[in-house]
Amino acid sequence: MSDEPRPTFSMDGHDIPFEPGQTILQAARAASVYVPHLCFHPDFAPHGSCKVCTVRVNGRTVASCTQPAHAGDEVESSTEELKDLRRGLVQLLFTEGNHFCPSCEQSGNCTLQGVAYELEMTSAHFAPLFPDRPVDATHPDVLLDFNRCILCELCVRASAEVDGKNVFALSGRGIHKHLIVNAESGRLADTELAVTDKAMSVCPVGVILRKRRGFLVPIGKRRYDEKPLSQTDDPVKGGG
Amino acid sequence: MTIDLSAILAAHRGDPSRLVQILRDVMRVEGFVAPGTITELARQLGVPRTRVEGVAGFYSFFATEPRGRYRVLFSDNITDVMAGSVELRQRLLDAFRLELGEVSRDGLLSVGLTSCTGLCDQGPGMLVGERAIGRLTPARIGAISALIRAETPLAEWPDNLFRIDSHIERKDLLLGTPLAPGEAIAAALARGSEETLAEVARSGLRGRGGAGFSTGTKWAACRAAPGPERFVVCNADEGEPGTFKDRVLLADYGDLVVEGMTVAAHAVGAQRGIIYLRAEYGFLEGPIEELLRRRRDAGLLGRNVGGAPGFDFDVDLYFGAGAYVCGEESALLESLEGKRGIPRNRPPYPVTHGYLQKPTVVNNVETLAAAAFVAVHGGDWLRQRGTSKSAGTKILSVSGDVARPGVYEYPLGVAVQQVLEDAGATNTQAVQVGGPSGTLLAKNELSRRIAFEDVPSAGAFMVFDETRDIIAVVANFARFFAHESCGFCTPCRVGTTLVAQMMDRVACGRGTRRDLKDLVSVSRLMKATSHCGLGATAGNPVVDAVTKLRPLFDARLSSHEVLPVFDLDESLAAAREATGRDDEGAHFHHEVKPTERTP
Repeated sequence: MSDEPRPTFSMDGHDIPFEPGQTILQAARAASVYVPHLCFHPDFAPHGSCKVCTVRVNGRTVASCTQPAHAGDEVESSTEELKDLRRGLVQLLFTEGNHFCPSCEQSGNCTLQGVAYELEMTSAHFAPLFPDRPVDATHPDVLLDFNRCILCELCVRASAEVDGKNVFALSGRGIHKHLIVNAESGRLADTELAVTDKAMSVCPVGVILRKRRGFLVPIGKRRYDEKPLSQTDDPVKGGG
Repeated sequence: MTIDLSAILAAHRGDPSRLVQILRDVMRVEGFVAPGTITELARQLGVPRTRVEGVAGFYSFFATEPRGRYRVLFSDNITDVMAGSVELRQRLLDAFRLELGEVSRDGLLSVGLTSCTGLCDQGPGMLVGERAIGRLTPARIGAISALIRAETPLAEWPDNLFRIDSHIERKDLLLGTPLAPGEAIAAALARGSEETLAEVARSGLRGRGGAGFSTGTKWAACRAAPGPERFVVCNADEGEPGTFKDRVLLADYGDLVVEGMTVAAHAVGAQRGIIYLRAEYGFLEGPIEELLRRRRDAGLLGRNVGGAPGFDFDVDLYFGAGAYVCGEESALLESLEGKRGIPRNRPPYPVTHGYLQKPTVVNNVETLAAAAFVAVHGGDWLRQRGTSKSAGTKILSVSGDVARPGVYEYPLGVAVQQVLEDAGATNTQAVQVGGPSGTLLAKNELSRRIAFEDVPSAGAFMVFDETRDIIAVVANFARFFAHESCGFCTPCRVGTTLVAQMMDRVACGRGTRRDLKDLVSVSRLMKATSHCGLGATAGNPVVDAVTKLRPLFDARLSSHEVLPVFDLDESLAAAREATGRDDEGAHFHHEVKPTERTP
């Protein structure tokens, strides 16, 4: 171990130390500074698709999860402008899918909902797109409710990189992009998914659900019911 | 039942990085990519099935459901619409009693829309299979209907249907200076790669594809990147609506372009080049392959190029499959590797981690053509034209309301007004410079100049006269971006769709003040947070139009602050049909009468 002080960048006026190769979000999380995010997970390489972790670095807006930290960077994160941008992005996600929190099994455990509360979002603002996304209940132990998918690709990455199964992937383009499963029938039952897979535990919303486990933890006692997301975002385990 | 894939896979050496090229061949044989074919391809290529399905589902020209044996796609660019494509399309649909997007019951024909086909100077344009047809008229549609009905193979259709003209209206440095095949290579070999690099840097050449990055800097960074293998990629994915100058360069100046690639290869130390050609220009496949053969025979490609021992360089032709985003260089590289065309996270940049993660130079067709001349005549040659910040010339694709649409090469710094005069534009209301992702100029801005420091342009120059509905033009652009968003990042995926919906509402008179505010705020959100240039620029035409032509919008807005996004009365249509009622009581009435407008 060298005694040399670690390099730092400044975030909202505070010095954040970082290891070479870390991105701004990784360094901030290691320093227990919360930056809202959805597609980032500490077990996987930064993805950079949800853009909710957008910060301003030396005047430019960038996704902090993929932006390499440089010594001396001036980073803005907790400004009204950035909060507005992030809220706008979360509103777009609510507009895109079918998100009905009061009737959702994941309410209280959902990172999308948690981020929305963090950003003081009170409505989706835009007219909902109401996409037609039938559920897949073919698997004996797992239900897929695509209505809530935010296309973060965490299940895709977990299944490919950890489980070695490639159960999930994306197809389509633009607003028609959607989650697919690895079977000619298109049915989850015909894939190799097992309930012990890493892919089962990474969904930040309520797409991948264990059957017969609904509402085991009552509403009011769930992950974000007692403390807001910003205080539960564990640097190692993540907030999801 | 699936087709026999062995011949196709053998032709591509069973290489999964050629998946986009493989699927193109599958489309040719099967007409679509069937679920069983996807499974079989995945098995034989040794990749997850989801990988093949994801790629097949990404590109517009791949279909995972059956299409007609004749697949007709009308170009939906605004210049085609202005030239009457909507009526012509309807004529073809009516002849076969077909709806847009449908396959006829006998499987003979399907008719759909596609983004700009690059025939804006001779529109309306369409694609039939891999062939392009321009200058559509009612008579031509009649002839095409008859050929389809008689099931005449495309190869036997009259040649004149497929004639594509070059329409070169003004030549300057690039188009007007002769260059013998091999001349630039000989000059580069004589000068040496370091000196050639220095000349390219001295020339001030900047990328002609839109981003305007310094070519000399790009080449030097690639040359300096570690590793034994390097690539030169020619970006011929000319997808920006209203742009067709690369089509003309590749058709008439192909030697110049490949010469530029070879000069680049020598300068950076590359062994392999790839031309990534948009599928819409499938008709250039034969001529380009022939050109490459000729240059190999002449010793200008292959081993010891130009007689220089150890300088080995050859060029392959790859095709896109209908995805505008693949014009973005890192998405293009993903496509070349047989993947979905999603722009990469940067850094690292392609100059160090490009094609197959090897150092790669990606340059636009026109940039490479200019580089060939710099190799021959030196950097100062380019600087004899243009401005201090924008050296050289720019080739413009001029279309829309002008007497003489076509390709015009000007010194950079040319005034927009000058181009309009030369092309014979009258009563100009607005000009879209650089395509939908560029700049919309109102008529009080026509003295502005096309240059990196004023109005930069990737080449499109679409002119709209006073008779055109600019709001409908912008709505067309908004639909284009929504269709072409890759969907990777939230702001572009959802934002482009919301903007398109709001623009359509505004265009038909159902827009509100709130819509106008949201149009601007979503455009700003996309600009600030998008993953790549597509999302960052997708709101440009909207913001330009709302800012510069506000009275047009105000006149079109509904007087209401908020309106339902659906039409109450229209929503009752199904109920009326079911009950057989059409009386007064079966209708909702409100004062807003949507007026359908076409440009």
